[in-house]
Amino acid sequence: MAEKRAIIIGEKDNVATALENINKGDTIVAKVGDSENSIINLTAKKEIPFGHKISLVNIKKGEPIVKYNSTIGLATSLITEGDYVHVHNVESTRGRGDKRIVKE
Amino acid sequence: MIPKFLGYHRPDNRIGIRNYVAIVPTVGCANEVVRKIAESVKNAIPFLHHEGCTQLAPDIEAVTQTLISLGKNPNFGAVLVVSLGCEGVNADRVAEEISNIGKPVEKIVIQELGTLRSLQEGIRIASTLMRHISSEEKDWYTLGDLVLGVKCGASDATSGIASNPAVGYAVDTIIEGGGTVVFGETTEIIGAEHLLAKRIPDPAVKEKILFMINRIEERAKSMGVDMRTGQPTPGNIAGGLTTIEEKSLGAIAKTGSHNISGALEFWESPRGKGLFMKDTPGREIEAMTGLAAAGVQLIAFTTGRGAPQGFPGIPVIKISANPQTSVRMEDNIDLDVSDIITKGISIKEKGEEILNFILKVANGQLTKSETIKYDETMDIYTTGPVI
Repeated sequence: MAEKRAIIIGEKDNVATALENINKGDTIVAKVGDSENSIINLTAKKEIPFGHKISLVNIKKGEPIVKYNSTIGLATSLITEGDYVHVHNVESTRGRGDKRIVKE
Repeated sequence: MIPKFLGYHRPDNRIGIRNYVAIVPTVGCANEVVRKIAESVKNAIPFLHHEGCTQLAPDIEAVTQTLISLGKNPNFGAVLVVSLGCEGVNADRVAEEISNIGKPVEKIVIQELGTLRSLQEGIRIASTLMRHISSEEKDWYTLGDLVLGVKCGASDATSGIASNPAVGYAVDTIIEGGGTVVFGETTEIIGAEHLLAKRIPDPAVKEKILFMINRIEERAKSMGVDMRTGQPTPGNIAGGLTTIEEKSLGAIAKTGSHNISGALEFWESPRGKGLFMKDTPGREIEAMTGLAAAGVQLIAFTTGRGAPQGFPGIPVIKISANPQTSVRMEDNIDLDVSDIITKGISIKEKGEEILNFILKVANGQLTKSETIKYDETMDIYTTGPVI
């Protein structure tokens, strides 16, 4: 399987962003944005398109998804290391704008 | 090495990185005269806006104060105010308040001189002012004297993960060096205001920024539109953005990580140094005017798809992390930081490169928009009806 690149923007982040299209089973080399040395290796469990997110650790349901050292949303189901992280397993803490009318 | 640049010391102790004469119309009706004066005089910069008359009092006041602040911007050594004569903006006040800081200011009124004599007189005055300020000598200044604006436009997936964080790194370095950085785009903060609030230690500043965000949302609601609805957009979601927080954080990543010291209305300039938020729309034409009115010497502008424009008299550095855009729009893109994405170069390394480029431009190196004169369009943010 190919080696693919991803970027971790904040040092507290628990997700990385794919810098190229990633296939299931690819080895991912994820570099922390402002550091030359911190590199994480993991294996992709799903296909992850360029610009989309992959989990660096196991994230339990209800736990925060952290990018830019900030909470960008909460896990709506168990997310395991190497999983694809997106609207199917994350919900905004502000309410999803496109679902807002339904929620209210 | 201590980062430094050569600049022009202005009477109000602000430092300019260019030495221009601003030609300021107090109403859009004076634009033709202003343009022709500027075309005839070396280093004369026209501010061709469309406001200044038949507007409600709060907008007239906002336009007046914005024009005063633009005239005070340190990149301009002198100012010629061009009035029509019957406009809502008080041209005498504009000229007087700019000259109060000790800058040479002259004024002509088209309805007093006639159009062609206004051109003749305007060219004579502007060229005299230009010769006068051209004798100003430059001196060395450090990061503490730098005032940078940051902006993103025509963004894409590369903006939030690469170019904005890289600019944020440069911003952090400038703030740590005692300098000043101003960012705008109030609408971009929607959804991440609770996260931005953590970077605002002063409760009064926090309250003012939340008020500004709420104010623009209420204006949209008065037209029956909820700005949060449909965020992130289907296009954002297809591009990998999961939540409104993530989208907004990607935009504000260009502001770095330091605390925000103040909030500015569209026409205001910062008092003191540090990181400031200014209430501007996202649209380039008005957003960059707001930054220029804050007295920024130059603007670091990230773009994914390729926003091409500069700004009158204020160098705008175009930075893209999209490898295709950096090639296709190379006539406009000053700095290609796409190797963050294509080669895994660190944000720190590219952030340092951006800072070095900022200092070079501060030192006189021309940007692409300055060189090819893609820098005329600007306008002033108004919110009320035109009468």
